[in-house]
Amino acid sequence: MVSEMDPIASIKKEYINELVAQEKREDDRAFDEHRNIKIIPNYIKKAEGSAYVELGDTKVIVGVKYDAGKPFADIPNQGVMTTSAEFAPMASPEFESGPPGENAIELARVVDRGIRESEAIDTKKLCIIPGEKVYIVFVDIQILDNCGNLIDACGIAAITALLTARMPVYDKDGNPTEEMVPLPLNKIPITCTMVKVNNKLLLDPALDEEKVLDSRITVSTDDDGNIVAMQKGTGGSFKLEEIMEAVKISKEQGKKIREIIKNSIKEEESG
Amino acid sequence: MKRGDGRKKDELRNVRMEVGVLKRADGSAYVEWGNNKVFASVYGPREVIPRFLARNDRAILRCKYNMTPFSVEDRKRPGPDRRSVEIGKVTAGALEPAVILETYPNSMINVNIEVMQADAGTRCAGITAATLALVDAGIPMRDLVSACAAGKANDGIILDLSKEEDNKGQADIPMAIMPRSEEVTLLQMDGILTEDELEEALKLAVGGCKSIYELQKNALMAKYGE
Repeated sequence: MVSEMDPIASIKKEYINELVAQEKREDDRAFDEHRNIKIIPNYIKKAEGSAYVELGDTKVIVGVKYDAGKPFADIPNQGVMTTSAEFAPMASPEFESGPPGENAIELARVVDRGIRESEAIDTKKLCIIPGEKVYIVFVDIQILDNCGNLIDACGIAAITALLTARMPVYDKDGNPTEEMVPLPLNKIPITCTMVKVNNKLLLDPALDEEKVLDSRITVSTDDDGNIVAMQKGTGGSFKLEEIMEAVKISKEQGKKIREIIKNSIKEEESG
Repeated sequence: MKRGDGRKKDELRNVRMEVGVLKRADGSAYVEWGNNKVFASVYGPREVIPRFLARNDRAILRCKYNMTPFSVEDRKRPGPDRRSVEIGKVTAGALEPAVILETYPNSMINVNIEVMQADAGTRCAGITAATLALVDAGIPMRDLVSACAAGKANDGIILDLSKEEDNKGQADIPMAIMPRSEEVTLLQMDGILTEDELEEALKLAVGGCKSIYELQKNALMAKYGE
């Protein structure tokens, strides 16, 4: 992320390093504190599931659409989830239109892994006719405003959108009926990202912190406190103890965010 | 716990390395790791293309990871897919901390990893080979980068998952370290692990990386030692 030739970034780096040395952050947050999280579940009525999420000033929307299609040959009785992300030029002066670049691909795959590997979605229940017809769940990430830490914002939006998603029931012949049911989800995995700046781990980096980071680590955890996915992004390195510290922070924050998501859905349902 | 191929829980598959296997490349290496066959080449430092990527304070490192169509059971469609793009990115991130990029401002170093035969653990084999190729190209480095995965299969924490263990496994953690400082430069994980299991697996992976480090040094000595 420091890859742009940005003289401001190198000045900023000194400033942020100095703040961190004094145990401070630019926006007065604690090192292990997320920015304010605002969630609007079911934001897009045309989608089967959706969520609008603000993480500080970062704004993203995730929509879930479904289709019925052929399963993969090696898992004929399981449905399919696929996640994609686009860095729309609207969201940042650094984003350009065109096919997804490596950062957009990494974002989609890290968000996807956090959900997939937790086995939150019971893909066997997404089978309509084994070997022939299964649900294909599309999770599409749209970024509106990149003010840092897209991974966590999109992770929250993706799982919330899936929690709100409703799918039509198919009859024995594989035709859709009028009846709609929720997507079979049995967990709420949460993805937390930290950056190392001046040898300290900062949770939920704001844009400036992202620009001056030494290294980045993402940890996804499930409701039982298991670790379900990890990713070191960018250059730089971590000590083993720092990785385990990141895991602990992610577990703790995961609990809080899980409650925020549950509450936002409850509020939305009660109108 | 018994493993399918009779290995101990902390035992690597057979690994063979050779440095300087390609003539045109500035540096190259070949790694055979179990049934994985991986080539890596390095070009550079050279002119940055496209120009706007150039940095006036250091070289940039670009990494391409590719699997040949014949490297897997069902033919893989040629060209980059999302998995390859992501592996290219994390591989660059794994190598970058070890390369003294400040030596070559305004230039570019290209690392190419080609997987000829894939059998679980190709990104670790790729990083291991790419490091040797960087050294072979004479690029100044702080340390080697040594990679190895650990994970969980049949309820046990094990080193260097085979294809079968990976497919049916419960977790996989590809990792790379700079062995002298034990700083972790590649870390990915998928699966389900408790915190204790994760810690055990990470420590096992560090041990695996250190064994790979010894093999890398031997391969370099075989080419450049007296």
